[in-house]
Amino acid sequence: MEILMSIVVGILFTIATYLVLSKSLLRIIVGTGILSHAAHLLILTMGGLKQGAVPILSENAKSYVDPLPQALILTAIVISFGVTSFFLVLAYRSYQELGTDNMDQLRGNKSYE
Amino acid sequence: MNNFVILPILLPLLTGIFLIFLARKVNAQRVVSLVSAIISIVIAISLVIEVKTNGIQVMQASSWDAPFGISIVADMLSSLLVLVTSIIVFSVLIYSFKHIDEGRERFFYYPLVQFLIVGVNGAFLTGDIFNLFVFFEVMLMSSYVLLVIGGTKIQLRETIKYLLVNVIASALFVVAVALLYSVVGTLNIADISQRIAEIDQPAIITVIAILFLVVFGLKGAIFPLYVWMPGSYYAPPIPILALFGALLTKVGIYSILRTFTTLFYHHPEYTHSIMLYLAILTIIFGCIGVLAYMDVKKIIIYNIVVAIGVILFGISIMNTESLAGSVMYTLHDMLIKSALFLLIGMMIAKTGTSNMKRMGGLMHQYPFLGWLFFIAAISLAGVPPFSGFAGKLMIIQGAFKAGHYAGGLIVLFSSLIVLYSVMRIFIYAFWGEKKEYELAPEQKKDTRFLLLPISILIAVSIAYGIGSEAVYTYVSDAVQVLTNPSDYIQAVLKE
Repeated sequence: MEILMSIVVGILFTIATYLVLSKSLLRIIVGTGILSHAAHLLILTMGGLKQGAVPILSENAKSYVDPLPQALILTAIVISFGVTSFFLVLAYRSYQELGTDNMDQLRGNKSYE
Repeated sequence: MNNFVILPILLPLLTGIFLIFLARKVNAQRVVSLVSAIISIVIAISLVIEVKTNGIQVMQASSWDAPFGISIVADMLSSLLVLVTSIIVFSVLIYSFKHIDEGRERFFYYPLVQFLIVGVNGAFLTGDIFNLFVFFEVMLMSSYVLLVIGGTKIQLRETIKYLLVNVIASALFVVAVALLYSVVGTLNIADISQRIAEIDQPAIITVIAILFLVVFGLKGAIFPLYVWMPGSYYAPPIPILALFGALLTKVGIYSILRTFTTLFYHHPEYTHSIMLYLAILTIIFGCIGVLAYMDVKKIIIYNIVVAIGVILFGISIMNTESLAGSVMYTLHDMLIKSALFLLIGMMIAKTGTSNMKRMGGLMHQYPFLGWLFFIAAISLAGVPPFSGFAGKLMIIQGAFKAGHYAGGLIVLFSSLIVLYSVMRIFIYAFWGEKKEYELAPEQKKDTRFLLLPISILIAVSIAYGIGSEAVYTYVSDAVQVLTNPSDYIQAVLKE
């Protein structure tokens, strides 16, 4: 199971890298979304995917799945929510102000002279 | 167990929350943040004294024993960094009162500075690797907003890049933590260190160590990963730039110092020699950038890169002298970089340009500013009575002792280039004929008040240079912990 998940995570990282390297800003933001998705999936996988009950004590099971990675993922998810929403608003605002979403035109080499 | 340790995090957090309610009352915000900054300095000084007299201070959050809860750990290194941070914040806040425009002040500038400090102090004091990630995000989130606040075109454009780089770095940090967790099964730094020592750092841990080097190198701007910095740091207003230049990259460097002395120190012939070459390349590329520009902001920004290279070089040698040198140099560099950014901010305010070719003859009008800049410049280069000397001396001593003569000579030579780059600013801007500057009427403000925070920073830096001997007694305590991770582990896991 871990091997399958590792391959999926690898594919997600590939897609994210490809999208982040593209020119359009929205594609880049989609890329960062997939990147954080891959990172969260990787925490879950690396915590171990063995069989066990959900980590609720009232289940009275013999073994539970590891609760720590789930807490880490929950933290990482809300952080990346916050950052992504800020990024989207930033992209919207800069589209209004700068009139482009093409990263080639956002280089800004000229203004340093 | 000592709840006092968490105060450097708690105080700015509470102040920041309180300031949100005062958003439209600019004067009240100024008073509250200034009072909070003064209390922070007092707290930081007493923390340093406490650590000096009673050893490493640890707070276990909610009294959960060490590997299971979150530990807040103040050793001498963290306490000194917290102290320097609070001094810098105090000066930059005073500078902001006159320099930041009211529009920004009304839109949460002061709360954001407080939240930035929460992140920085938290990153210095935490004893948990995932908690370090969270404090990094607190710091970065505030820095995104501080970078874009005001919303000019250049700020929008550069914030996109800065944000993207840091989103990727954060994802890599999460990946690195996930991989480390899968190998050692714990997140507490002391506990991780113990377990890595038990399994004697197998190859997979070395891979994770390099991944951490990439992550912290992205935050701390080391050689192949510094390219985001010159553009992004060019955008924000001067007080924000001074905070960034002094604090953000140093948090990355601190994290490298902490992880590579406490966790990944078993195979230095591999990890630390990679770091050594990266450090030397960082110095060289920083020097090239320092020489290439006529723009004063760019020159100081590339000086950050050079300093990062020097500190990293000291860390990669890993003997007592070079680590002590790195710590000394980090503290000095934080002070002097913020002072230099504030100084060039004042020069830009006087002349209306950041191109040094268009400046000239400032010495006639503003001699005090000129001499302050001169002192800052020679301190930066490391001329003996001033603050940059002792750190670099020890780094080079350490390098020669370890047989890295070429590296030591490159560090020496880089000082020469750094001195040339800042002296060039001094000569262009302060000597020569007086020039007429076209300033918009709203730019012709009274700026004498701005000299006060700069003088504070320069005074602290001079005292630091002259009192190196006294400072060294504290720094040697910090290095004692860095070279013997068992002290750190025992302090955290003792119960």
